[in-house]
Amino acid sequence: MSLWQYANPVKFLNLSGKVLPALSVLTVICLVTGLYWGYFVTPDDYKQGSTVKIIYIHVPSALIAINAWFMMLVAALIWLIRRHHVSALAAKAASHVGVVMTLIALITGAFWGQPMWGTWWAWDPRLTSFLILFLFYLGYIALWSAIEDPDTAADLTSVLCIVGSVFAVLSRYAVNFWNQGLHQGATLSLDKEENISDVFYFPLLFCIAGFVLLFLVLTLVGTRAEIRNRRARALVARERG
Amino acid sequence: MPELGKYAVAVYGSYISTLVLMAALVVFVVWRNAKARRTLEQIEGVKKHG
Repeated sequence: MSLWQYANPVKFLNLSGKVLPALSVLTVICLVTGLYWGYFVTPDDYKQGSTVKIIYIHVPSALIAINAWFMMLVAALIWLIRRHHVSALAAKAASHVGVVMTLIALITGAFWGQPMWGTWWAWDPRLTSFLILFLFYLGYIALWSAIEDPDTAADLTSVLCIVGSVFAVLSRYAVNFWNQGLHQGATLSLDKEENISDVFYFPLLFCIAGFVLLFLVLTLVGTRAEIRNRRARALVARERG
Repeated sequence: MPELGKYAVAVYGSYISTLVLMAALVVFVVWRNAKARRTLEQIEGVKKHG
């Protein structure tokens, strides 16, 4: 059995239709558990007070914002190399989720930054690269809408995706590259000394799992919509032709 | 309810804006899929039954 069989739209629709109900339930369980645990059960941080509760939405949304772009990059490369329509349509569907997650990360970051840094915004390497990533998402979505021929749109957006990947990498590693600015380094670490306290860590893991599952569910539903739209356009074009 | 103290605006602002944006995203994606399914069924119905 090959993974490429799911590049067939009918097989993709069948499989995604089967897994979506279970994935949706799991998403709700993880999100509700993580957010309830983080918001209502965990204590305030000794330095950051109650603002530490923002970590449960800021970190998972930022993580999805960056990794959604990497998923789009893989899908774009598959489209460019193997010309599977489903992969191009999956990238398009993921961009809608990615842009909202990037916006959430920017807004929650501003709300967190104001009391902690004394400013809503700073032209810090990580913040700036994240803003540019947000603009790339908007450009990517606009490019899909601007071009009528779906194959040309998929080609050009794939190229834009490859270029934008530089900023996705910068958003993740800007702190390490420049070692300056207000934003701290990675929140999660395999090093026990550097990692956040367990009391915040475990509910955060649930929230991250919930956001990852939400991304998966919405991308699958969005891809199903794109496949149907493409099929509808093809049928109409065939009728006219 | 947890006591948020002087950081209430930051925490409430973050959570409310996140919930609003996430709800809007879910509604948009589900609505778009439902619309695409209806359109395709309509076109396939016309094609089948002339």
